[in-house]
Amino acid sequence: MAKKNLKIIGTPVPKHDAKIRVTGEAVYGHDIKLPGMLYGAILRTEHPHATFTIDVSAAKKLPGVICVITADDVDTNNISYKRDHPILKKEEVNCIRDEIAAVAAETKEIAEKALKLIKVKYKIKKGIYEPLDALKSGAPLINKFSSGKFEHKNIAEKFYYEHGNIEEQRKKSMVVVKRTFTLPRMTHACLGTSNITAHYNKTTGKLLLYSSTQVPFLYQRDMAHALKMNPSDIRIIQPVIGGGFGSKLDMYPFEPICALLSIKTGRPVQILYSRHEEFLASPTRQPMTIEIEAGADKDGNFTFRDVNVIKDNGAYTSWGATTPFVIMQAFSSLYTLPACRFSATAIYTNNVFAGSFRGYGNPQATFALERVIDLLADKLGMDKAQIRIKNANRPGETTGQGLFFETCGHQDCLQTVIKKAGKKRKSENNRYRRGMGYASMIHVGGGAKIYRSDGCGTTIKIDPYGYCTIISGSNEIGQGSETVLAMIAAEELGISLDKIKVINTDTDIKPWDVGVHASRTSFVAGNSLLGAIRILKEKLNLKAGELLQEKSTSFNYEDGFIKTKSKQIALDKVVREMHFTLPNELAIASYFYEPSSQFQDKGFKGNVSGTYAFASQAIEVEVDTYTGNVRVLTVHVAQDVGKVLNPLLLDGQIHGGVLQGVGYALTEELIFKEGYLLNPNFHNYKLLTAADTPDIHFYPVETHDKQGPYGAKGVGEAPLIPTAAAIANAVCDALQIEMLELPITPERVLVALKNKNNK
Amino acid sequence: MEVSFNLNGEKVKCKINPTISLLELLREEMGLTGTKPGCNEGECGACTVLIDGISVNACLYPAINIHGKELVTIEGLVTAEGKLDEVQQAMVKHGAVQCGFCTSGMVMNIKAMQRNLEHAHHVPGENIRVQPDRKNIMKWLEGNLCRCTGYVKIIDAAEEVLNKNKI
Ligand code: FES
Ligand code: FES
Repeated sequence: MAKKNLKIIGTPVPKHDAKIRVTGEAVYGHDIKLPGMLYGAILRTEHPHATFTIDVSAAKKLPGVICVITADDVDTNNISYKRDHPILKKEEVNCIRDEIAAVAAETKEIAEKALKLIKVKYKIKKGIYEPLDALKSGAPLINKFSSGKFEHKNIAEKFYYEHGNIEEQRKKSMVVVKRTFTLPRMTHACLGTSNITAHYNKTTGKLLLYSSTQVPFLYQRDMAHALKMNPSDIRIIQPVIGGGFGSKLDMYPFEPICALLSIKTGRPVQILYSRHEEFLASPTRQPMTIEIEAGADKDGNFTFRDVNVIKDNGAYTSWGATTPFVIMQAFSSLYTLPACRFSATAIYTNNVFAGSFRGYGNPQATFALERVIDLLADKLGMDKAQIRIKNANRPGETTGQGLFFETCGHQDCLQTVIKKAGKKRKSENNRYRRGMGYASMIHVGGGAKIYRSDGCGTTIKIDPYGYCTIISGSNEIGQGSETVLAMIAAEELGISLDKIKVINTDTDIKPWDVGVHASRTSFVAGNSLLGAIRILKEKLNLKAGELLQEKSTSFNYEDGFIKTKSKQIALDKVVREMHFTLPNELAIASYFYEPSSQFQDKGFKGNVSGTYAFASQAIEVEVDTYTGNVRVLTVHVAQDVGKVLNPLLLDGQIHGGVLQGVGYALTEELIFKEGYLLNPNFHNYKLLTAADTPDIHFYPVETHDKQGPYGAKGVGEAPLIPTAAAIANAVCDALQIEMLELPITPERVLVALKNKNNK
Repeated sequence: MEVSFNLNGEKVKCKINPTISLLELLREEMGLTGTKPGCNEGECGACTVLIDGISVNACLYPAINIHGKELVTIEGLVTAEGKLDEVQQAMVKHGAVQCGFCTSGMVMNIKAMQRNLEHAHHVPGENIRVQPDRKNIMKWLEGNLCRCTGYVKIIDAAEEVLNKNKI
């Protein structure tokens, strides 16, 4: 059991490694320079769909070019979880990202020049850019590695789920609303672009990768499969990462390409994306259309939801295709619901593919669901806050999908934001209109059992000087998990924070872990560390008891000492005695924590996470009816975090998440036309700036979940999930318009106003 | 070509290829990797440095133009004894650093605002003294993108430092 009277947990400890990040000393992938290192560059197609021939002879002759590869030069397996993605494309390209050749050269400039010398002849083909077009009869096969296991060869993935009796609930409904929503491609736009440095040693046959993956052990296996190597011959070191947000959850072609260049040349090779390449070739949030029909009875109780999602899979499959795991959770289980039917289809097109992005489909689902709730309330003439409170989830509830809420702060979250936000302020004049919008969300808060294990390993040791080293399977991607681990060790062992080191960047050293996703790191790695500490303390207690001649084994660990009421001994002394006197033992312990969650059955039912997080937001906006411009004034956020582990880091997750949500709502969209990307730069893809930051008020709700470390739940994804939904509701409230798509650009607002006035 | 300039308080001389940017000079030639490449096209501010006290995007600045100027980079802020600059301290304290990729640029731009406060009256062409209230800080930092923090803590840190000596 973790400690009760907490000294460090719950306090605003600055980030463990903030100092090296604020002085420019942190080494990111961009900063690595190895002796003899070559620079890699990738030639991508100029057209989204074409057949081509390629001639690299001139590039090969350029002085300083060491290696040029095309599909003909390599023997590899396809990548992606569907294994439908060739690393280098041969004879045909299927989306504008497609890699067709790569070079390694002595300098970046030479590498770039070599790319220009590669001669490619394209025969442009007519592509398919609308998912439903790909299902029409006579549509060509888009991905020839398609599993073909669904009714149409251009279907990449399908999900079907249901609970309750839809027809019965439909009959009970006094009002029914049906809408179709369209969600855009948002991109992660990490400030540090994608990068990798590969170093293959020809004599040992071992491959060392400096990679910013957030799932190193899955990545090691995927890389080995791609390159036909043994996973354990691949060592992955994770340099400091310049932002993740889900973008590094999959392996993309540039990574095995870099490894191949190193294998071919026997020298280290680095590939660093330009910003243009980052916009073009890193994955996006999954775009989709969501058709939803939902009902409520005369008292405002929700009755049913019938949902059909169509996802543009792009030419290959990445994690975007699996977002329905999370999407269906929102539809089946956010607010108590008697009946739900859900289907989702991912369809191949000649567009770019989507990956995972903070929220994993949940912002899309929550937008559609919360918009529809407002429409139901309107139809019933009910207050929008009241209808939500009435239907909010409660502790002890098991949802139709089998999610069990041991603790649940949904009611609290809603009540809090509704009260704090109060009534919207009066619009100053006819031009500027104010609106208030509410939205909630549910998300896994204790990992998600989707891989064979959702576990995490930890080894902890204390050295003869009383310093502690935590070797954790988990990763730090900027979210602060290292700091939380150090705080836990400080709390439990009474060692000061500056004597705690966290080692977590090397697959040759650290124990297994699934990786950073599903807001799981603090929860799973925290519990794993607590387990290791428990074992370590048993050993320390034994020795301390012997040295203090104390029978009891209940000791306090404080200020570097192991104490009873009357006696104490320095921790480092106990460790030295352990090491250097018989029976000579190390002060070290390992533990593997596996959450108690279950796998879902074939119908996607089961309690998939150790615990669930809830959050609500109330957002006030002001819309300029002349320009269509939307300004977010205040954001009230209440989130069930279980227990606040570190308020400083928690605030950071909330603020950062909310602003990403505001961007999703108002400005961010990668614009494609017939498969070509039109806005691959910060000038035309609008990230919000410091000047756009609204007032954000955050109210943590503590429900103390006994599954979590000190009662904590996962927090990382939640802050972004309901934001776009609440903003859309606020804009619609301000103008009494319909908003069926994101982002809510000024043009879309003006069109909606015009449509309303023409009615 | 040879350029000589003052780098973080020391006179330096170096031979450069006249086509490279100041960012390349720093990162590739001089091994000063604290200044970050976020876009190389003047849009993100990650590469912000101070030239004669004014914040500049190093990625757009031709390296040859640095001749005769005074350049301060993130590496120049920590004292010889390893003490952080007050802006850096405030960033740490306020939890304004997540992934940290924007941080060097943010810190340098806040330094520029601090310098503006202290010297605006004396610098030709820079004689508007910007009041360090929250609104102006937000405006001042507009050219520095951050994807992680939502800016709130960064603004808090800047506000604290810039208002410290206010009478
Ligand atoms: S790298 Fe210079 S502004 Fe982005
Ligand atoms: S801290 Fe990551 S971009 Fe600012």
